[in-house]
Amino acid sequence: MSVAQAHAFDAETRLANRKRAKAGRTVIFKIKRCDGPGKPDRWESFKVPTEPGSNVISCLKWIAAHPVTTDGQRTSPVVWDSGCLEEVCGACTMVINGRVRQSCSCLIDEYAPEEGDTLTLEPMSKFPVIRDLWVDRERMFQALRRVKAWVPIDGTYNLGPGPKESPEQQQTRYALSECMSCGCCLDACPQYLKEEDPKDWDTAFIGAAAISQVRLFNEHETGKRLKADRLEAMMGPGGVSDCGNAQNCVKVCPKGIPLTESIAAVGRSTTIHAFTRFFRGK
Amino acid sequence: MAEQRVIVVGGGLAGLAASVRIAESGVPVDLFSMVPVKRSHSVCAQGGINACNEVARQQGYSEYEHFDETVYGGDFLADQHPVLEMANWAPKIIDLLDRMGVPFNRTAEGFRDLRLFGGSLFKRTHFSGATTGQQLLYALDEQTRRYESEGKVRKYEFWEFLWPVTEGEGDEKRCVGIVAQDMRTMQIRAFRGAAVVMATGGNGLIFGKSTNSVICTGGAAARCYQEGAWYGNPEMIQVHPTAIPGADKLRLMSESARGEGGRVWVPRKKGDTRRPADIPESERYYFLEERYPAYGNIVPRDIATREIFDICVNEGMGVDGQNQVYLDLTHRDPDYLTRKLGGIMEIYEKFVGEDPRFTPMKIFPAVHYSMGGLWTTYTAGDYEPSEPRPGHKSGSSVPVDAQPGHGMTIGAPNNMMSNIKGLYAFGEVNFAYHGANRLGANALLSCIFDGLCNGVSVVNYIRDADTPGVDAVDQGVYDRFVKREQDKHDRLVASASNDSGDESRNPYLIAKELGDEMTAASTVVKTGARLEQALRKVAELRERYQKVELGDNAGWTNQSLSFARATGDMLILAEAMLKAGLLREESRGAHYRKDFPERNDERFYKTSIARYNPDTRSSEIEFAPVRGPLVKPRARTYGKTDSKKTDAKPAAQTAAAS
Repeated sequence: MSVAQAHAFDAETRLANRKRAKAGRTVIFKIKRCDGPGKPDRWESFKVPTEPGSNVISCLKWIAAHPVTTDGQRTSPVVWDSGCLEEVCGACTMVINGRVRQSCSCLIDEYAPEEGDTLTLEPMSKFPVIRDLWVDRERMFQALRRVKAWVPIDGTYNLGPGPKESPEQQQTRYALSECMSCGCCLDACPQYLKEEDPKDWDTAFIGAAAISQVRLFNEHETGKRLKADRLEAMMGPGGVSDCGNAQNCVKVCPKGIPLTESIAAVGRSTTIHAFTRFFRGK
Repeated sequence: MAEQRVIVVGGGLAGLAASVRIAESGVPVDLFSMVPVKRSHSVCAQGGINACNEVARQQGYSEYEHFDETVYGGDFLADQHPVLEMANWAPKIIDLLDRMGVPFNRTAEGFRDLRLFGGSLFKRTHFSGATTGQQLLYALDEQTRRYESEGKVRKYEFWEFLWPVTEGEGDEKRCVGIVAQDMRTMQIRAFRGAAVVMATGGNGLIFGKSTNSVICTGGAAARCYQEGAWYGNPEMIQVHPTAIPGADKLRLMSESARGEGGRVWVPRKKGDTRRPADIPESERYYFLEERYPAYGNIVPRDIATREIFDICVNEGMGVDGQNQVYLDLTHRDPDYLTRKLGGIMEIYEKFVGEDPRFTPMKIFPAVHYSMGGLWTTYTAGDYEPSEPRPGHKSGSSVPVDAQPGHGMTIGAPNNMMSNIKGLYAFGEVNFAYHGANRLGANALLSCIFDGLCNGVSVVNYIRDADTPGVDAVDQGVYDRFVKREQDKHDRLVASASNDSGDESRNPYLIAKELGDEMTAASTVVKTGARLEQALRKVAELRERYQKVELGDNAGWTNQSLSFARATGDMLILAEAMLKAGLLREESRGAHYRKDFPERNDERFYKTSIARYNPDTRSSEIEFAPVRGPLVKPRARTYGKTDSKKTDAKPAAQTAAAS
């Protein structure tokens, strides 16, 4: 399935599937596996019984307890990353039927309503595979360091309240602050490329997630003290101007974060910052 | 002397608050976590964080009343000094989080908005949508990243804590580091630490399905326990009243749903098959509101859970004849709900496929939080009433102001230290603060409070002239612990090649059976006979675990190994929970014994302390007095209508609850 087709697999289709899903059916999981860095990929399939409410996680757990392929071969349990299982920690992100998303909120009824339907699981494509479906997203956290994504407070001792804020401003910041560093926006981005070597991380395209955090912290009264530093990072190689405007990021964001708005806003700020710097001569 | 470093294990709210506070004091921190810290389980907390605030204060509320509520809510099982200190710090902690940029919901004028929460008639819960835990965790994650950039915090993410390294025996036993394993390369090695802070959270996985994240096995706490750390009130497990049943986990529906007006009900007529919207008001049984006129839907969690359980299991009145009741928000404005509760509305819609703004949610209780945990001590503060006070009345003058140091002595090196010197426990993994039942929105507070307040104690401990440096500790001490863990690891990996095909040796199935048994025997309703049966089951599982066989012999990123190892530790903690539950022949807070339905202060106004006996490989339970009552225990009824007991709490405080 192409990215475009995957996106067309929308909420309505999933809802319709959920309604017609057959109780007590078994489904096939086709999983792309890899034993570790530098090892070859291979595909394995598993036949998994479902129950109402089954999701990819409950099926992977079943496979962990019964690691036998459809060919009857005993194999090792599939390795994957997971945490909260309620789509708020970002850990269990993977590519399901061609689309990057969290596996916990991926209900089998919505994707495989008929007996024998197949779900395809692959690791995220832009991050180094550790094993099977588990990838290393440390580069995302390095990006947060790169843009100084924090409010520079004067320490943790009691110094009174923070700045007052309008409800509108709070709602704007809250929406941006829901980013769970899952990496969906990066996996779907044509400009964001896989970089195995950490030395390249600070010059390769930083991607939508971190750009949106630049906006978040520049919007905060105290956070904006580091605005110039953040915009400098955005002007450098791999900064905001590397965005190709494909707009895939905003389509795949599970939290509905207005990523393209953030990119546009940070782009404008960066331009203004560049002009100001030019005329100030520093 | 070489540089003294502190080890923090766990990167949730407690671990990050501790790391930031300790690093800020100039002491470098090594922070260990099984997951990138931004994905820690604190991220799941939804409803909010409690603190006295100016609006509530002008209605008669106070830090002292927050303290009194917490102690009463916990059915008087908590040592009270730390609770007082925590309540007094709470408003300052909110201010700090505000400065860090947490997007707390705002009033029209731009002040921090407040909501109602269980166990209080005052609005004293600060919140950030319905993902407050996530927002708080991110704020602390960002501050930690700042210190990481400055080289003051070194993160070890995807490293699993395997064991505390100790030297000495008995009272002289001291923690001097840890053994940990890289979950990718599987390398096992020791780390020296002048002090070790455990901030490893809860143990919901012992019950199979719970509201907890997949990492919440309790394994880390169980390892400290086996090394000689005591475990307090293991039987005290909170079952949250409102969760969505699911195939892989039970997803929390925050108490804030009720705080924002959500009503719990079932049809009055058993087996009523009409759609909820078609059932008129008069034919709905709002059982919490009828049974508890003062608190209604915001009674504390243990009470709401038992009432829902009673309606479904005993009365057979569950919706559609199943174990579920309605949690109804459909009378509220949908936009208001999106603004205040968007996060949980989305979760329900995604996982159930119905929009709770227009259709009542169907919910049932689920294991949620461990009030019990590693036993910790403290140095009391300067508030010493001549005798314990009666319950506090809203609006009356408070016996003590909210200055720091009244509850605990700030910076005393033993604050929240376990019985092993230099081994601290912060956050959910300790047993302090919440007694026999935790009030909603007090957990985030206790985690951050531990890190900020008691982080200073850790720094003082390692700077104390009497604390010998760890650089002098013989390397052989560390090597011995590493070897033991390496041997354990190698044995488990080798078991994969047995490949007997014997299902009874499968770690996943052993864990599943444990979860099913613990949920059936040791959650909402317990009896002596059932607990004894569960102890026999756990003994059988431990026997089987001796021959556990892994399905994976990989020397790289072996998740089965990590899970199988934790399963062994879960079995040990489960035994302690069951034993303490069996011996506590009373009902208190979350611990309800059908065969002993009343609280029995004469026998059990006591902390249960579990100690692990390595010779018999079993738990021994002792009951010790609760420390320093500042408030006298009183009947805990929350004004239930059919209750004969007197309740010191005023029956209604409608002004504040408006």
